[in-house]
Amino acid sequence: MFAIVAGGGKVGATVARTLLRRGHEVTLVEQRADRYERLEQEFEHQIQLGDATEMFVLERAGIARPAEIVIAVTGDDEDNLVIGQLSREKYEVERVIARVNDPRNQQLFDLLEIPQTVSATQMVLGLIEHEVPAHELIHLLELKKENLEIVEVEIEPGAPAAGKRVDELALEDARLISVLRDGKAEIAVGSTKLQAGDQVLAILEPGREDDLRRLLLKR
Amino acid sequence: MRAIVVGCGRVGSTVAKTLAEEGWDVTAVDESESALARLGERWRGGFVIGHGMDVATLRQAGIENADALVVATDGDNTNIVVAQIAQKMFDVDTVVVRLLDPARADFYAGRGLDVVCPTKTAYETLTERVRAARVRS
Repeated sequence: MFAIVAGGGKVGATVARTLLRRGHEVTLVEQRADRYERLEQEFEHQIQLGDATEMFVLERAGIARPAEIVIAVTGDDEDNLVIGQLSREKYEVERVIARVNDPRNQQLFDLLEIPQTVSATQMVLGLIEHEVPAHELIHLLELKKENLEIVEVEIEPGAPAAGKRVDELALEDARLISVLRDGKAEIAVGSTKLQAGDQVLAILEPGREDDLRRLLLKR
Repeated sequence: MRAIVVGCGRVGSTVAKTLAEEGWDVTAVDESESALARLGERWRGGFVIGHGMDVATLRQAGIENADALVVATDGDNTNIVVAQIAQKMFDVDTVVVRLLDPARADFYAGRGLDVVCPTKTAYETLTERVRAARVRS
């Protein structure tokens, strides 16, 4: 595989190094001269100095061969967005992975149709949600194409849903999938009776969590 | 008519002042508060401190009701992203964007952005002047 890695910071250099070690061909592109000089000793002819948002730099790196994958991992989201867009739309690179530095910019990556993104902040937050039970919605899975997400939530004592049947809940924006009680899971149907402490899986459109919060949590 | 000018440097501030003098309701957006000084003491338009890529900042500047948006920060990539936010997310009628790199200017013009590229204007004009000199001699 031939990969172009844009951005020679910790992430970019490590990704490039790992790909090379696995036998892939890599061109790493770094814009800062001081960083380039340091990395050049290690990467030799596999690193180029330049701004990867400039087309001649991408072309010199071999993007038109074409590259099988472009990995945009600079520290600036606007640069990663433009590298991603140019790679996909001008050079028709099939696989593009972009780093989201500021999670608030995720919606911009979605807007500009850069589907594969990685965000360290988001990953850390996701892990915290799993590790620290906070009686809140835990985001388990995001189905990007379908615009749906699956969340887990524990029914709080005193919440409106505690003691009710599923079909008695006025859930408009979400559907319950399953209920986990005392280590045993069952599919949620209309007659399933909910109790405080139940771990419920639900599917819904991202951002439409108000119903779930209102009924399953004590707010 | 309402206009937003993102990037209040030499270019942006002049565009903002000119439009305001011509009767537009103008709001300028810049990351730095000191950019307000460029608009002069007589500035009566809006001024929002924030990054143009921050959707909340654009909303605060009134993008939902804007008729036109001028993007002229000093970063081409920021400008490219802001212009597309205005077009795709807020459906602003007129979006004009300044890009210094002629290659990106051509590519994004081909994708429907209204791009102004001063670099291109400069080299075209310079070349034209030299050609004209040869004709005269």
